[in-house]
Amino acid sequence: MTDLSRRKMIISGLAATAGVSGLGVAAHLAEKYGLVPPDHGGIYGLGETLTYASQRLLARQSLAREFPRSQISNRPLANQIAPPSEAFRRLQAGGFIDWRLSVDGMVDRPGSFSLAQLKTYPSRSQITEVACEEGWSYIAEWIGVPLSHVLNLVGVHPQARYVVYFSIEPDWWDSMDMADAMHPQTFLTYGMNGDELPVGNGGPLRMRVPRQLGYKSVKFITHLTVTDNLKRFGKGLGSAAPEAGYAWYAGI
Amino acid sequence: MAELGSVQAPLGVGVLRSASAIPATMVSSRHSVLVRVTHWIITLCFFALLVSGVEILISHPRFYWGETGTVLTTPVFKLPIPSSRALVPTGYGYVLPDQNGWSRHLHFEAAWILVLTGLLYAIFGFFTGHFRKNLLPGKADRSWRAFSTAIAGHLRFQRPTEAEAQSYNVLQRLTYLLVIFVLFPLIIWTGLAMSPTFVSALPSTVTLLGGRQSARTLHFFVTVALVFFLLVHVVMICLAGFWGRTRTMITGRIRTRMERT
Repeated sequence: MTDLSRRKMIISGLAATAGVSGLGVAAHLAEKYGLVPPDHGGIYGLGETLTYASQRLLARQSLAREFPRSQISNRPLANQIAPPSEAFRRLQAGGFIDWRLSVDGMVDRPGSFSLAQLKTYPSRSQITEVACEEGWSYIAEWIGVPLSHVLNLVGVHPQARYVVYFSIEPDWWDSMDMADAMHPQTFLTYGMNGDELPVGNGGPLRMRVPRQLGYKSVKFITHLTVTDNLKRFGKGLGSAAPEAGYAWYAGI
Repeated sequence: MAELGSVQAPLGVGVLRSASAIPATMVSSRHSVLVRVTHWIITLCFFALLVSGVEILISHPRFYWGETGTVLTTPVFKLPIPSSRALVPTGYGYVLPDQNGWSRHLHFEAAWILVLTGLLYAIFGFFTGHFRKNLLPGKADRSWRAFSTAIAGHLRFQRPTEAEAQSYNVLQRLTYLLVIFVLFPLIIWTGLAMSPTFVSALPSTVTLLGGRQSARTLHFFVTVALVFFLLVHVVMICLAGFWGRTRTMITGRIRTRMERT
C-alpha cells in the first residue's frame, strides 16, 4: 500500500468517525435540551423534530398575537364533539359546582381545585385566535388563570419536563413541555368574551395553548400530571393526537 | 457547426458516426450535478406537498380573506368538492375519510426538505454564476423584439432548434426566474404565515399578508400558479421530446446532431 492511499484511508476513516459521532453528539444535545418531540420515531420523525427543535430554539418565549377587542369574532365556532359522556352530563346538571381539577405527579403538594377556587386566583384575559388544523379560525377573549400560577401553587419539581392534561371525556388527553406550561398565555380557561366559557367552546374548563393549533387546547379539563417521562402515558407518544396519526407538537 | 449558445464546456465533441446516411451526433454537458439532483429532489417534494396539500384542503374547502373565517362566516369562495369533515356544508350527502394526520406529517417533512434543498440550490446558483449565466436573459434578449419573437414562435408551436436545446430561450429564463424567485418564496412565506408559533416570533409574516385566512387563500393561489407552471413545463418537454429532455436532466448530457460544414 502506498503512503498516499494509506493517508487517504486514514483521513476518510477519521472523517466518517467524526461525521457519525457528530450526529451522535447532535442527537445527545438535542435530547438534553429538550428539542426532540415524543413522537420523533418513524418516517415523519425528521420533519417533526426539525419543526419542534427550530421553534424551541428560535421562539421559546415568544407571545401569541393578541388582537383588539374590535376583532373578536361575532360567532365563535363551537365545533362538533362527540355527545358528552354520562360523567359530564351529571356535573353539567349540577351547574358544574362539583367540577374539580386534580393535580399530581412530580409536585410537592398534589391537590384538587374546584372551579370556584380557580376563580379566586388572579384572573387574566387574552384576545387570541383559535386556529384549527383544518383551516378555519376565530378570535375570542379567553379568561382564566395562567397554568403557571397553579403549577407554582403545587410546587413543580425541578426535574419535571412535561405537563400531561386530561379531559373528562375518555381518550382525550395531551401534554406540553415546560416552555409552554410556564408560558404566560397558557391558561386554564373558564371564561370567554366576558362571560362563562360555553360548553361548546370547552366549558367549564379548557386548556388554552394559543401558540399551538386548536387541537392542543383540550376541552373539559379535570386532571393534570407533571412528569419527566411521557413513555408512561398511553402509547408513549405524548398525547392522544399521535395515536390518531397527528403530530404531538402543533406549533406549526 | 451548430451555434451552441451558452453551453457549458462541451464534454468532448465526439463524432460517433461518419457514414453519410447517419447524421453525426455530438455529446455535450448541459446541466450540472447540483442542478440535476436538486431538480429531482424538489420534484419529489413538490408532488408530496401537492398531494398532502389537497388532502388537508379537503377538510375545509372554503376560503376567506382577513384574519378569521369559519363555517359560520361568509367565504370569499368555496371549492365545489366534498369534505372530510361533517362540519362543512358541501351539498354532498357524504363525508370523505379524514387523511389529515399523515398528510400534515408529509406536508411539513417535504416542506423542510424542499426548503433546505432550495437553499442549497440558491447558494450554489449565486456562487457559481448559474443564475447569471443560465437564467438571466442575455443582453441580446433584453428587448421587446426578442421577447415578442419568442412568444410568436411559441404560439406557432415551433419546435426548439438544436441551439435552443443547449440553452434556455428568453421565455424559459423569465419563467424559471419567476418560479424560483417569486413563486417559491411566496409559497414558503404564506405557509409559514399559518404557523402559530412562527408568527408569534415574527408577527409581520402574517400581518403583511392581511391575516391568517388571507395567507391561507394566497397559499392556495400560489399553489395553483405552481401547478400551472408544472403543466406548461411538462407540455413543453413533451413537445421538445420527453425522453431526450428527461434523460438530459438525469445524466446531464445532451446529444445533438451536428451539421456538416
